[in-house]
Amino acid sequence: MSAESTTRPEPAALDAADRRIINRLQEGLPLVASPYASVAAEIGLSEGELLYRLERLLESGVLSRFGPMYHAERLGGGLTLAALAVPESEYPRVTELVNAFPEVAHNYRREHRLNMWFVLATETPARIDETIAEIEAATGLPVYNMPKQEEFHVRLHLPV
Amino acid sequence: MSVSTCPSEPAASNPPRQDGLDVLDRAIVVATQAGLPLVPDPWRAVGEPLGLSGEAVRERMVRMQAAGVIRRVAAVPNHYRLGYVANGMTVWDVDDAHVDRLGREVARLPGVSHCYRRPRHLPEWPYNLFVMLHGRTREEVEQQAERLCELLGAACRDHRILYSSRILKKTGLRLAGRSDRRGQMR
Repeated sequence: MSAESTTRPEPAALDAADRRIINRLQEGLPLVASPYASVAAEIGLSEGELLYRLERLLESGVLSRFGPMYHAERLGGGLTLAALAVPESEYPRVTELVNAFPEVAHNYRREHRLNMWFVLATETPARIDETIAEIEAATGLPVYNMPKQEEFHVRLHLPV
Repeated sequence: MSVSTCPSEPAASNPPRQDGLDVLDRAIVVATQAGLPLVPDPWRAVGEPLGLSGEAVRERMVRMQAAGVIRRVAAVPNHYRLGYVANGMTVWDVDDAHVDRLGREVARLPGVSHCYRRPRHLPEWPYNLFVMLHGRTREEVEQQAERLCELLGAACRDHRILYSSRILKKTGLRLAGRSDRRGQMR
């Protein structure tokens, strides 16, 4: 994905039903036989209306995803947060180099001397160190690796 | 899979290395990485190409959720599109003796989406507690950070708010590999 295609989008116009869907489905779909019908009944919609709106919310990018959220480490994968201090003049070039790695799942510009922060997700834990070495070789910059040592559990819920 | 959102299962600091998933569980993971089908019986839609019944898929997903392999099946909003345009990664230098207790308390505050302890990189990077805050304005994020500051008290020596000024890349994770490599997965 190029940097140009990921500029910050405008807030979406949502109606009351959209808001109920977003709020309810951030909490999670029940794993029951007809899950959408069950949620639709809870929030006063028909199943068809819920599915139609959900599809539209995904297409318009209000939701970036709907589905199972997997726990990377419990699937045997590797996961870490890492940062780079990128000289301003080299920022576009380094962005392209870093984003080109399929292991880079998210990458954010942040306001600090460490100004590029990315999440690495790999199929095995060993691939994390290899990927970091490859990114250092490609960019010529040291990678600050900050794997989580402890996770304090919260529930993401952005009320709309 | 998304690491942009957070777990709901009880804390477990040492997740098992052996994930206990069989080939069919793995196939379900691969088949649902892009999302759950938006049809009345999504379990059947997932199972059909795998030769599994809908009920078998559902039961396996219930089991994976109970084991914490699936955090939950949920909508992941684009913060910006919901008007949460101020996203601050706040980082805190917290006394090692208290960081785990305080981290658990911080995670309960409103506006917090992620809360992790991570390694310092001294002297450049003294911060060991990472707390993602989301607000509609930077003022809102700063008020949340103030509350954190009060909660952490003397155990916190310093903190910073690193706002994201641009999303450079955001894709789902592809941890289970491509479906053509399913045979290599345990």
